Amino acid sequence: MAEQNTAASSFSSSDALLILLKARTFIALILVFVFFALNAPNFMSTANMVIMSKHVALNAFLAIGMTFVIVSGGIDLSVGSIVGLCGMVAGYLLLNGLDIGLGWTMHFNTVEICLLVILVGVLIGAINGFLITQLNVAPFIATLGTLYVARGAAMLSSDGRTFPNLNGNAEYGSETFRWIGTGHVLGIPFSIALLIVVGCLAGYIAARTPLGRHIYAVGGNERAAGLSGIKVNRTKYFVYIFSGFCAALVGLIISSQLVAAHPATGDTFELNAIAAAVLGGTSMSGGRGRIIGTIIGAFVIGVLSDGLVMMGVSSFWQTVIKGLVIIAAVVIDQAQQKVQARVVLRAQAALDK
Amino acid sequence: MSAHEIGLSIRGGTKVYPGTIALKAADFDLHMGAVNVLVGENGAGKSTMMKVIAGVEQLTQGKIIIDDQEVTFRNTDEAVRHGIGIVFQELNLFPNMTVAENIFIAREKTRGGIDIDKATQRSRTRALMAQLEQDIDPDDLVGDLRVGQQQIVEIAKSLAHDARILILDEPTSALSAAEVDILFRVIADLKKRGVGLVYISHRLEELIKIGDYITVLRDGVITGARSMDGVDVDWIVRNMIGESGKDFPKEIHHPFGDEVFRASHISLPGPGGGLAVNDVSLSLRKGEILGVYGLMGAGRSEFLECVIGRHGHATGTVSIDGQPLGEKSVAGRIRRGLALIPEDRKNDGLVQILSIRENMTMSSLARFTKAFHLSLRLEKKTVADFVKRMTIKIASPEHEVSSLSGGNQQKVVIAKALMTDPKVLLMDEPSRGIDIGAKAEVFRVMRQLAADGLGIIFVTSDLDEVISLSDRILVMSNGRITGAFTQQEATNAKLVEASAIGHKKEQTTEEPA
Repeated sequence: MAEQNTAASSFSSSDALLILLKARTFIALILVFVFFALNAPNFMSTANMVIMSKHVALNAFLAIGMTFVIVSGGIDLSVGSIVGLCGMVAGYLLLNGLDIGLGWTMHFNTVEICLLVILVGVLIGAINGFLITQLNVAPFIATLGTLYVARGAAMLSSDGRTFPNLNGNAEYGSETFRWIGTGHVLGIPFSIALLIVVGCLAGYIAARTPLGRHIYAVGGNERAAGLSGIKVNRTKYFVYIFSGFCAALVGLIISSQLVAAHPATGDTFELNAIAAAVLGGTSMSGGRGRIIGTIIGAFVIGVLSDGLVMMGVSSFWQTVIKGLVIIAAVVIDQAQQKVQARVVLRAQAALDK
Repeated sequence: MSAHEIGLSIRGGTKVYPGTIALKAADFDLHMGAVNVLVGENGAGKSTMMKVIAGVEQLTQGKIIIDDQEVTFRNTDEAVRHGIGIVFQELNLFPNMTVAENIFIAREKTRGGIDIDKATQRSRTRALMAQLEQDIDPDDLVGDLRVGQQQIVEIAKSLAHDARILILDEPTSALSAAEVDILFRVIADLKKRGVGLVYISHRLEELIKIGDYITVLRDGVITGARSMDGVDVDWIVRNMIGESGKDFPKEIHHPFGDEVFRASHISLPGPGGGLAVNDVSLSLRKGEILGVYGLMGAGRSEFLECVIGRHGHATGTVSIDGQPLGEKSVAGRIRRGLALIPEDRKNDGLVQILSIRENMTMSSLARFTKAFHLSLRLEKKTVADFVKRMTIKIASPEHEVSSLSGGNQQKVVIAKALMTDPKVLLMDEPSRGIDIGAKAEVFRVMRQLAADGLGIIFVTSDLDEVISLSDRILVMSNGRITGAFTQQEATNAKLVEASAIGHKKEQTTEEPA
């Protein structure tokens, strides 16, 4: 009788442990919030919340795209450069329009500029997909290549100079460009509203569409997925194109917020995106990860760095702390896998008896 | 015969895996200077026992005794230190390294522990190859060798470490007849030098020819152990399958329908030149179970893979209901009514880290999708139906599929295939690595499906299985169909004979002029 009781209690304790481990990113977020609320003055003010959210949103966009790529078993190192290049494309189109020869120059309104910039991001994503699926280049190498090419192209577009004063021109209908970075929808800054839309879309794709299921299957076991009739190449194309799309959005938002486009913008953004995805529980070996986890992961990283700034901690220390948090996240993730396997195996063993 | 001393014993050896007991209280004696033959069906526990001896796995209960001392091998290194070498069925070689590098891997000959002494490694390798009568250059890349030669390299690897006990797990399955003769000469030579050999094989005649002692396993239990004197095939088979025979379900007699499937002139180039599948044509009627028998490497799996569309460069046509399939992709062929249950469940059949539910519906998500929206409610309901229908034992469909035992995993794979509403089911070794109870259930399901009008092509290397389950039997050897039998005509002897035809031909054609 006593034995049974201990068995029952050990059941529930490891189940409870599992729930705690699964919610670890969220718990980390709450802890970070509480810590800074107590230690950093004005941290909880509305103004600060809005500024911080805007910072986080930029990384969160990239991290959402990155999550799909990593879940599919790949990696996309080119997103930071795509951000830079897309910002430059937006700036160039705003200032110069497009010379289509014969002395004609075409000018675009804001919507057209946005679509063209997004097209650039999507195209680079498609090139990544082509290299990886058709030419069998390892994702790491393929996207490392496009990282350099896109960054170089961004530099070439202006000879390394900044495109300043991107205020647009009412004559061409592009004066609304600044609204992307400063406008509000239903009282929420536009970039945050857009993040909510993209986040929901990605979450929906992941959980409730065949495409999402295919991404997980391809990342979990490409051979089995292929033999089950999943179009592996098409799935891979999608994830890189979607990642390029997200990066293009970030390029637009940043150039609008700064009212300028600098070719070095987005440098090492890809690493922050990977960090957010991993912090949110995405497995680098593919097949596992959730959009909501990634967004929370992006918030942990963003809140941590902004909070440390407000407390006056040196940026060198910030970098060290960020690194430690990421390592801790992965170590805890391993522990969760072990506990989870144990719980499941026990449930199965109980059934086989 | 009693002159052979015992070099290693297992007493009360039990090994439990999640879901199955692979070995139950086994007592095993390994005689030195003799060939100890180990025989049993797939999943009987032979490989498990050998893995325990080689330190790959540890016993759950029981002990291993060498020279009256109990030993425990926590890893292969410790086993090697006790002079135990093993040649696995699946080769453990590095294709991008040379023969010499492979042979001395992890035990490199060095000067001062740092600099690899390549000259010594090369000369040692050359000596080993001379001993094995093989003309393999130490500097050849292993990836460039034929499978048979790779097997020789594996054996040389064990010999290089002065193995006192050498375990050979189905060493001849991929060898040509000439290479088998060489291997047997090597074995005889090793015996003379006092090495204790363990020899695992499914080829019973071969076992009787070469063995000195025999141990038979069934479902993890040793059912017979004696010296080879007076042992015949009958005795082995009786101990392998038990007096009662296999509990295969009685045939449900039902008429066959029209031709549902036809494959014409399917060919596929093999990795090492030649054809892995050589102009294979066959047809199948509704409700018919067609068994394809053959040895490992006969091209059976490759043929099924050609049919399902995995190999883009395969030639030949596949028709369903008389309509040739234009689709080249796996997805297209599944849509047209083909479904494959792959041989390698772990690598080809399942996505281990996904849940049981997600694995089951992977091929048939379109069934639950309206426009682009996936109905999880409908998916869950269908999964629950199939779990019940296939009697899959699970705690929850949300658990990872890797938590299931082999038999239940196989049922998940079958359920995945059935969810696509196939007309023709291609099953590659459907009973591989699952216990006898699950086997019987899988076979019952196959019979039932055939009775419902499904055409089934199944590949197996188990004679009894193919004879008792098939309506018609084809034998493949070396990429070709070398025999066709009805269920009434087929006997073990005829099938074995037909399965060897290709290898005899290969031997004559490969002899240098």
